[in-house]
Amino acid sequence: MDPIVFLVLRRMRAPLVALIVAYAISILGLVLIPGRDAQGAEWHMDFFHAFYFVSYMATTIGFGELPYEFTPAQRLWTVFSIYLTVITWLYAIGKILTTVQDITFRQVVTKRNFSRAVKRINDPYFIIAGYGDTGRMLLRSMDRRGLHSVVIDLDQQRINELKLQTLGGYVPGLCADASVPAALLEAGLKHDCCRGVVALTNDDQVNLEIAITSKLLSPDLLVICRAESHAAEANMASFGTEYIINPFDSFGERLALALHSPGTHLLDEWLTGIPNSPLPMPLYPPHGAWILCGYGRFGKAVLSSLEGEGVESVVIEADPEGTGCTGFCVVGRGTEAETLEVAGIEQAVGIVAGTDDDANNLSIVMTAREINPHLFRVARQNRQDNDAIFEAARLDLVMERSEIIARKILATLTTPLLTEFLRETRSRSNDWANELVSRISAVTGDLVPEIWTITLDREQAPAVSEALTGADSIRLGLLLHDPGDRAEELPCIPLMLARGSATFVTPKPDFVLRSGDQILLCGRSGTARRIAWALSNPTTLRYLLTGEERPEGWFWRRLADRGL
Amino acid sequence: MNLEKVVFGFFIVLALTLNFGFFVGEIDNPHHHNVYELFAAIVVNLIATVLKFGDRTQMGAVLLATSLVADLQLLAAAVIWGFAWQVTDAGISPGTMSSIVSLAGGAMLANVTSVTLLIAETVNLRR
Repeated sequence: MDPIVFLVLRRMRAPLVALIVAYAISILGLVLIPGRDAQGAEWHMDFFHAFYFVSYMATTIGFGELPYEFTPAQRLWTVFSIYLTVITWLYAIGKILTTVQDITFRQVVTKRNFSRAVKRINDPYFIIAGYGDTGRMLLRSMDRRGLHSVVIDLDQQRINELKLQTLGGYVPGLCADASVPAALLEAGLKHDCCRGVVALTNDDQVNLEIAITSKLLSPDLLVICRAESHAAEANMASFGTEYIINPFDSFGERLALALHSPGTHLLDEWLTGIPNSPLPMPLYPPHGAWILCGYGRFGKAVLSSLEGEGVESVVIEADPEGTGCTGFCVVGRGTEAETLEVAGIEQAVGIVAGTDDDANNLSIVMTAREINPHLFRVARQNRQDNDAIFEAARLDLVMERSEIIARKILATLTTPLLTEFLRETRSRSNDWANELVSRISAVTGDLVPEIWTITLDREQAPAVSEALTGADSIRLGLLLHDPGDRAEELPCIPLMLARGSATFVTPKPDFVLRSGDQILLCGRSGTARRIAWALSNPTTLRYLLTGEERPEGWFWRRLADRGL
Repeated sequence: MNLEKVVFGFFIVLALTLNFGFFVGEIDNPHHHNVYELFAAIVVNLIATVLKFGDRTQMGAVLLATSLVADLQLLAAAVIWGFAWQVTDAGISPGTMSSIVSLAGGAMLANVTSVTLLIAETVNLRR
């Protein structure tokens, strides 16, 4: 049975017993004390009338002295009973109110509501553990794309905040420690609709525990983890965590990518951006000497990427012993001009402010610009609330941890093929990327394109899969025409086609499709719906194939067959 | 010794004894069945029921169920008594009395079950 019922019943034991006893005493007294009837003869109240009288007396309704006027002895007893029963009632009601307001009780209620809400979910959803900056950003973008989720966080404040968010769908939130398996189970780890777990807490150990719990209890789930140390990363990978995201490494890679192939970097930015936001501008980091302030986890990742690109760089660090860069770094914080000058700011082409303090990072970048206005400026942003000042500083590149993680995860969750595609682009040349970028911009204008995947199976594309099992051969280009006017091409580009384990990057329009193919597309918003039309509607597909519009329905078809 | 257990056992056994006290006697003879005894039986039964609230064990659930049955039977008996005496003009006829007493007898059976369960549990504990 519901734990709430038990809790209330247990709390109500004492007041209920008190009520029963008070009633019993009052009733018994009234029955025993002799009264006088209308004729003045001795009369004893029976139990029925006594109960009737006490019922309305105790609840202070007070119909008067029934059925005959009371004697002084009865009145004396009534006075006593009034105080007894009314006080008992007040005590009972007070007890109910305290129970309802009690913290344990309310926790039980919230927990019950949460698990009910989770049980009622019947769409695919993800469990998000950790609702900080990253979680919030991820949740908002997931919500915009119609993906459902359930949130667990240690901090009640954040769960309250979640409830105040205006989201499209209802997102149940639980205040619990996600590293405890019970909390994950409560959030529906074993629910039929649960598709994956995203561990985003700021503690690697907790993320690790979440990953291992999920992998052990539901091995089929997709597990995505944030890890900030290489040790945790290796540990998570060892038991099959699907995606591990290290924000520092990701950013380092990105910076390196921007350095050696700006085209690929731009492609990456466009495809992982939030759809329908303005397209980010291309970035051309200069080649030459770089200055790196702060040699923490971020600094190390950036330095190794820069070194990988063959770019020479000077490190500035306030605590060389603690971070392990004794010997090759300039000692100082980088916020003062002297240190920067020692590091050779005049000859440098770029500066990376990567300490874990936002104010210091901004100060470093501002000081550096004073000395050398042509610098390429990169800064690490630690807190999302500081968006406004980082924007005002007009930096060339801002590394914000939560944004990097949220973007990567979103890409993985919504379109797993995209992650594959982006990995593929790394091995392509910059020119190839530039060409694709110009094709995309021709199609989508100056907004970030929408990315989606279509699968040619019975559920998603019944018309196409039926046609493919028949004699028809369908080419990819055919599906990308307007189902309203087949001469018109739709504004979208096929990025990749996956057939089993084989993948084909940017397939040509004359590519012959097969049942079960998965196609990754990017295009202007609204195109997905037009394509879906041809995928599921046989008549539309027939029109695209032959140009003839077949009537629907038995009657009209008969008419058409007769040539009428 | 646990005071809570004493109180608990006291009320359960008292419910049975009072119930029995009301039940014994010729079934249709109103003189053999005291109205105060029925009243006491009802009150004690109600208290016993409330004391069983909130116990999540299987034993607790069965104890609560038997108590609820006893309450129901005794209250039905009281309602019949009150109705016959106050509402109808006939008063307590032997027929009415026997239905009151038989209802109380049913309640007693439920109370016997309660006490048996209590004893069984206690015996198990001691071992």
